[in-house]
Amino acid sequence: MPMPNGPQGERENYLNKEYGVGSWLFTTDHKRIALLYLMSITFFFFIGGFFALLIRLELLTPVGDLVQADTYNKLFTMHGMVMVFFFLIPSIPAVLGNFLVPMMIGAKDLAFPRVNLLSWYLYIIGGALMLHCMLTGGVDTGWTFYTPFSTAFTNTKIVEAGLAIFVAGFSSILTGLNFVVTIHRMRAPGMTWSRLPLFIWAHYATSIIQILGTPVIAITIVLVAVERTLHLGIFDPKLGGDPLLFQHLFWFYSHPAVYIMILPSMGVVTEIFACFSRKRIFGYSFVAFSSIAIAVFGFLVWAHHMFVAGISVYAALVFSLLSYAVAVPSAVKVFNWTATLYKGSIRYDAPMLYAFGFLGLFTIGGLTGLFLAALGIDVHVTDTYFVVAHFHYIMVGGALMGYLGGLHFWWPKISGRLYPEGWARLAALIVFLGFNLTFFPQFILGYMGMPRRYYQYPPEFQVLNVLSTAGATVLGVGYLLPMIYFLWSMRYGKPAPDNPWNAAGLEWQTASPPTTFNFEEEPVVTWEAYNYDELDAPQTGGAI
Amino acid sequence: MFDNFPLWPDRASSTAGNVDALYIFLLIVSGLMTLLIFIAVVYFAARYRRRRGVLAEQIEGSIPLELTWSIIPLGVFLVIFAWGAVVYFKSRTPPRDATEVYVVAKQWMWKLEHAEGQREINELHVPVGRDVKLIMTSQDVIHSFYVPAFRMKQDVLPGRYTVEWFRATKPGTYHLFCAEYCGTQHSGMIGSIVVMEPAQFEAWMSGGTTGPLSATGEKIFAELGCVTCHRADSQGRGPSLQGVFGKPVLLEDGRTVTADENYVRESILDPGAKIVNGFKPVMPTFQGLVSEEQLNALVAYVKSLSNSGSGGMKANAAAVAVPNAAPAKGSQVNQ
Repeated sequence: MPMPNGPQGERENYLNKEYGVGSWLFTTDHKRIALLYLMSITFFFFIGGFFALLIRLELLTPVGDLVQADTYNKLFTMHGMVMVFFFLIPSIPAVLGNFLVPMMIGAKDLAFPRVNLLSWYLYIIGGALMLHCMLTGGVDTGWTFYTPFSTAFTNTKIVEAGLAIFVAGFSSILTGLNFVVTIHRMRAPGMTWSRLPLFIWAHYATSIIQILGTPVIAITIVLVAVERTLHLGIFDPKLGGDPLLFQHLFWFYSHPAVYIMILPSMGVVTEIFACFSRKRIFGYSFVAFSSIAIAVFGFLVWAHHMFVAGISVYAALVFSLLSYAVAVPSAVKVFNWTATLYKGSIRYDAPMLYAFGFLGLFTIGGLTGLFLAALGIDVHVTDTYFVVAHFHYIMVGGALMGYLGGLHFWWPKISGRLYPEGWARLAALIVFLGFNLTFFPQFILGYMGMPRRYYQYPPEFQVLNVLSTAGATVLGVGYLLPMIYFLWSMRYGKPAPDNPWNAAGLEWQTASPPTTFNFEEEPVVTWEAYNYDELDAPQTGGAI
Repeated sequence: MFDNFPLWPDRASSTAGNVDALYIFLLIVSGLMTLLIFIAVVYFAARYRRRRGVLAEQIEGSIPLELTWSIIPLGVFLVIFAWGAVVYFKSRTPPRDATEVYVVAKQWMWKLEHAEGQREINELHVPVGRDVKLIMTSQDVIHSFYVPAFRMKQDVLPGRYTVEWFRATKPGTYHLFCAEYCGTQHSGMIGSIVVMEPAQFEAWMSGGTTGPLSATGEKIFAELGCVTCHRADSQGRGPSLQGVFGKPVLLEDGRTVTADENYVRESILDPGAKIVNGFKPVMPTFQGLVSEEQLNALVAYVKSLSNSGSGGMKANAAAVAVPNAAPAKGSQVNQ
């Protein structure tokens, strides 16, 4: 179905309709807000990445030589806080989700456009508070804020950092709320639940977690601030509090938060696998419901972070069992993606390379989760580099590969330009290799017993640390490349046709870039999702 | 083969082999799983690469396949779960007659005291083949007592006791790490576990000591005046402590708790928390008046009142191992 369009520089679209800073800062267009988010989270990604680089450089040698111990502790703390709260959690939902959720369901915008803008402002206020906190000294508790260290011992900027995360959390809640209402109320005629792209199902599941989980971290932060400033005994045993209560509250949000990062990424690669295999996703309903199952079970496994924290052995037993329960829907997804390739017509464009990368890294991340959920092994490897490697495989290998794959896949739609395919494939390869070189040695380091958050370490761990640092520099190059060629393509890239991949989905049936209200007229959906058989059928015009 | 590039640390405790066996099993399972997916993806990607004129074959899905790849992994997961749970229970249940060592963690050092009275800092000497139980608390923030060669780790919390145990199987010197981030010198809060042959250990133990910990406790017990109310006969204003340790205690409000380390500790620091049936809440708190080390000595003394021998602890092992680890404070309550 080649679309009858060529270069279309003169057509009015959401980008050229209005110019000037004001037209961006006061926009309620979900696509412009998505771009505002794209710019802001990219900024924070490179700040967080810079911290990571310094951490890896410090760990090149067993002794502390590059920075002071206190500085190192602040580096990994700020790396975690920035990457988790200001990059990974907003990444796919706030950028790709914001851009695509209305278009994929055939709506003009999200249900609450002004709330959407408010959520970006909350993010920016939170981000500014976080920057201020970093510039005035930062925090050294680790992103986990464990009490009573955070409430009674450290003299760093806990309350300031907490406030930043508190405010940014509301941005996340509002985005989730907007998606849920939009998906329920704004679907085009004929767009039934069973015809929704799986990207939408993934975002629906994510939104549920954002709405139900985020308030808990907000409350927890308030309690930390109250204990720290007013000395009310909540978590500090000296004041009659319970330090484990904090861990329960913290992980009640922060474990599901991992699913806020990975579920949207699963949604992205599902779209990519379907398009580049030219096939309907194998087991549509199983993939859809596995997203919901992950969101629900994800709320019931938090204490698997606490197997050695001093909880009862019986509680540990229950949480170990439930952790295996949440692994099943993840495994189901992996098998369905693999099966989708079967008898497909597969091309290896950059988005597909990222999706393959996602599949490999997520599989390793998921399987090493089985190690950590096994009580007997967790005792040995928890709080070591094994855990560090595991969650980077999920949160960076999984979530970030999906995010990059999605950015490439929808870049022609977002920018109206094509990115340079050769460079993009090269970058995907570099990211994949660099990632494995950085984080695979850390599994071995962890099992060897190197604890995390160590600024200096016994010399026998050096070889693996050097490998990891070498990998990090490769990875850094892999992340800089897309940044450069995306910017380049905005000016010099070839103008994109409306549907460069001949992909299914309503978002591809509008102009690239789309007009402000997405569709010339409200679409009426009469086909199932991933109708690649119809798109590829010879001699028929296509679905519109 | 991997002498210069080991894949696991020394295996120096009775638990280490169990953990490694499960680890190797998991490596095999996940290796096979990765290989399966890798081969399928590479094969499909090559076999079904796009060719001119060849269209993809649309396949809706398959419920039998979906069930297969849900139920088989679930079965494998349950095996891993059960195996992991067995290893965990073994490593969390201290044998009844374990030798006891009290551990006090603080930013950024480990203070250890043997039941016999020897004190050590950042170093723990133990003999091969003896069960050793660590009764641990922290003076400030949360720490974690981690010995990779023993595959053993337990967080050390302020305000309560946590317990772990091991039986060293191989003489040598092994890393002791703090594994829970605890501030500036977290990575400097390291030490070593020196595992010795029994004869060597006896020689080491005969070095200077102030006498057994329980004797120190008895002295403190007298100095603080505890002895005036907690008399050996049952005529005192407080309950007699003879033979109490490790036994169930009936409380005023009808609950029954086991008198374990945490119960004794709480009764000293917060006497009103659990009043023994038939007694009045007249005891003052000793919060701030006794150090963690003195508390440990008092606990050791109360314990010794229930023992015939010096090292052997009656029911306390089980009592500490399980109920103690409950999440909330007041964990002594057996419901």
